[in-house]
Amino acid sequence: MSIDSITNWLDERLSIGALRSLAQKKEVPVHRHSIWYYFGGMTLFLFVVQVSTGIMLLLYYRPSAENAFESVQFIITEVKFGWLIRSVHSWSANLMIATLFIHLFSVFFLRAYHKPREITWVSGVFLLFIVICFGFSGYLLPWNKLAFFATKVGTEIAGVVPVVGRPALRFLRGGDDVTGATLTRFFGFHVAVLPATATVFLGIHLALVQLHGMHVPKKFEHNHGRMKFIPNFILRDLIGWILAIGVLAALAAIFPWELGEKADPFAPAPAGIKPEWYFLFMFQTLKWLPAKIAGLDGEVLGIMTFNVIAALLFVVPFVDRDAENRRLHLIFNVIGVIALLFIVVMTIVGYVT
Amino acid sequence: MSHVSHMSYVLLTILLCSSAIAQKKNSCVECHIKLDDPRLSAPAKLFDNDIHKARGLACNDCHGGDPNDDSKEGAKSQAKGYLGKPKTLDIPAYCGKCHSDANLMKRFNPSLRVDQEKEYYTSVHGRLLKEKGETRVATCISCHSVHGIRSPSDPLSSVYPSNVADTCAKCHASADYMRSFGIPSNQFANYKTSVHAKALYEKQDLSAPTCNDCHGNHGATPPGIASVANVCGQCHARQAELFQTSPHKSAFDQKQLGECITCHSNHAIAKPGDAMIGTQQGALCINCHSNGDKGFVAAGTMRSRIEELIAGIDKSKTILDQAERKGMEVSKPKFELKGATDALTHARVLIHSSSTAEVDKVIAPGLDVANKGYQAGLGALAELSFRRKGLAVSLVFILFLALLVYLKIRQIESRPSSNPN
Repeated sequence: MSIDSITNWLDERLSIGALRSLAQKKEVPVHRHSIWYYFGGMTLFLFVVQVSTGIMLLLYYRPSAENAFESVQFIITEVKFGWLIRSVHSWSANLMIATLFIHLFSVFFLRAYHKPREITWVSGVFLLFIVICFGFSGYLLPWNKLAFFATKVGTEIAGVVPVVGRPALRFLRGGDDVTGATLTRFFGFHVAVLPATATVFLGIHLALVQLHGMHVPKKFEHNHGRMKFIPNFILRDLIGWILAIGVLAALAAIFPWELGEKADPFAPAPAGIKPEWYFLFMFQTLKWLPAKIAGLDGEVLGIMTFNVIAALLFVVPFVDRDAENRRLHLIFNVIGVIALLFIVVMTIVGYVT
Repeated sequence: MSHVSHMSYVLLTILLCSSAIAQKKNSCVECHIKLDDPRLSAPAKLFDNDIHKARGLACNDCHGGDPNDDSKEGAKSQAKGYLGKPKTLDIPAYCGKCHSDANLMKRFNPSLRVDQEKEYYTSVHGRLLKEKGETRVATCISCHSVHGIRSPSDPLSSVYPSNVADTCAKCHASADYMRSFGIPSNQFANYKTSVHAKALYEKQDLSAPTCNDCHGNHGATPPGIASVANVCGQCHARQAELFQTSPHKSAFDQKQLGECITCHSNHAIAKPGDAMIGTQQGALCINCHSNGDKGFVAAGTMRSRIEELIAGIDKSKTILDQAERKGMEVSKPKFELKGATDALTHARVLIHSSSTAEVDKVIAPGLDVANKGYQAGLGALAELSFRRKGLAVSLVFILFLALLVYLKIRQIESRPSSNPN
């Protein structure tokens, strides 16, 4: 049986010929800002790394307060290359969030969300929040001291939101305190709920990218080149992914992700506890807010503001609808730069102080 | 009578009784508190904080008399049982009137002992008072104070654990006072330098011994040579037990040496250290043993075995710390190394048996544990080196792969038909 006959057999049943011709026809615009196209693909690649290393960790991980820490300890000390898989999973998670932010801001500043790509943007924002939830839930799973108290503080912050805060806190914690019940449900979110949701939104996101093709910034609409997606662009992507594997391997070997001490609910919180870097700008802002702002609780007001900003992210393409409106263009650029500066400065301050 | 009227009756009685207690007249305090002579006004002032007052007792419960009578003569009438101030000789019996009465004491504090008076008369203080009429000795009030007597569990009490030594020192640290009794007065100063005082005052460990824990309180007596080991053995039970089985026991008995205090001293008990054992300068063993005798050899062996274990633990700890600093997960071997530290502590106790074989029984497994820790550290460092080398090889391969893909792109794009643009 020749390869052609296998291809024909498959083509008759799956119409792979149509897919192949679609892939062959797919082109990527080439211009000064083409570099930003790679960050979506890089985020996707790191997500694949997360899924594969995550499945491997699942073979040994035990999601209970009694066993979680010991099982991770077992993975990194006894399981062959377990240290590598665990460190790659942790580092890749952080790199993925970093590339996701770069992707988000590049799409924002290049106005790639304009018609007809509004839903692509919305699905992307959903993916952003799903990834943040992945980070928050995964952080607790090794059941170490820092993760325990970070989760305690994180869920407490959720708890101060008026009306829904308290029920949300109880739902997240599986009770009034962070206990083994919290760990079990965070595990459930991390390996079942979030992957399922992410798959749906990722499917929508990728299908829409495929449907509409790559966006070309207005400036280059009439003066840009084209590159075949296969093989020219995908090979460039491949170089990036191969190098990403190198970076992940180097990080895992030179800076293995620490396990720390086992969580002890009765121990006092360690001094100077800080959340993961991607939450640090919000944490620092809440620390700096005065106790009372115009008669309202400063912390509550801060959390509500972050919630509103998060909600506003969804409506960006519906507010900035007119690609020709230069004034709106300027306003959005200013907002973007301020947001970016705010995040960078507050993160640095959070680290230094 | 219905249940409701029953309840009302009971409540009314309680109310009447409590108001009667609240308004209980005490002409002694009313009068004494106004007196100019501090000796006479102090009792009335101090009595406010007295535990006896808190338990509902008044002046007349000890001193007799009539607190309802406003006149001096009436209140202090002998006909009304007025006793006045007791003489020093009578104080133990004066307090013992109640404190030795088991039936009476039950009403106030069923768990309080009632043998203090009896015990007091077995003490050096009590014997001097009773047998020689010596009134300069301590009686109940010398330690517990008078009129302002607080419960021993009250931190302001003169007999609260952290105040006991100061209370005893009022007399015992006074060289003038002690001279006529022919006893030294440096115990307090010595005690202050001891490991026990450090635990009590610096660590606030109220279980650390102070004067009364070794000498007794009511029956205070200096422990004799024969009984001092029992005193120390109350807390240091294992050491005392081992000493009893050691060859030192009979030798000390023969030489009339105090068992624990010969090496550890009595009041100025320093924190014990490994330097105390062995044959080198400063070791206590060479005070009695000389080169060549059995004890000399045993002391040297025990010391060198202990040093060996310390070195083993240090070596393991150093390598495990080094591996940890480099990011390796070694918390398990670090935890297991505690087994060697426990063995070291145990060995330091076992030296009281003076048997090298006994000490070796724990040193040998301790050394094994320490060695396992060292091996784990070596393993972690070897693993780290393997990772670094593996990384170097992988990176060469990864970069080579990336280069191949790059060359492939160059090759594809050099063909005119596939060239972008």
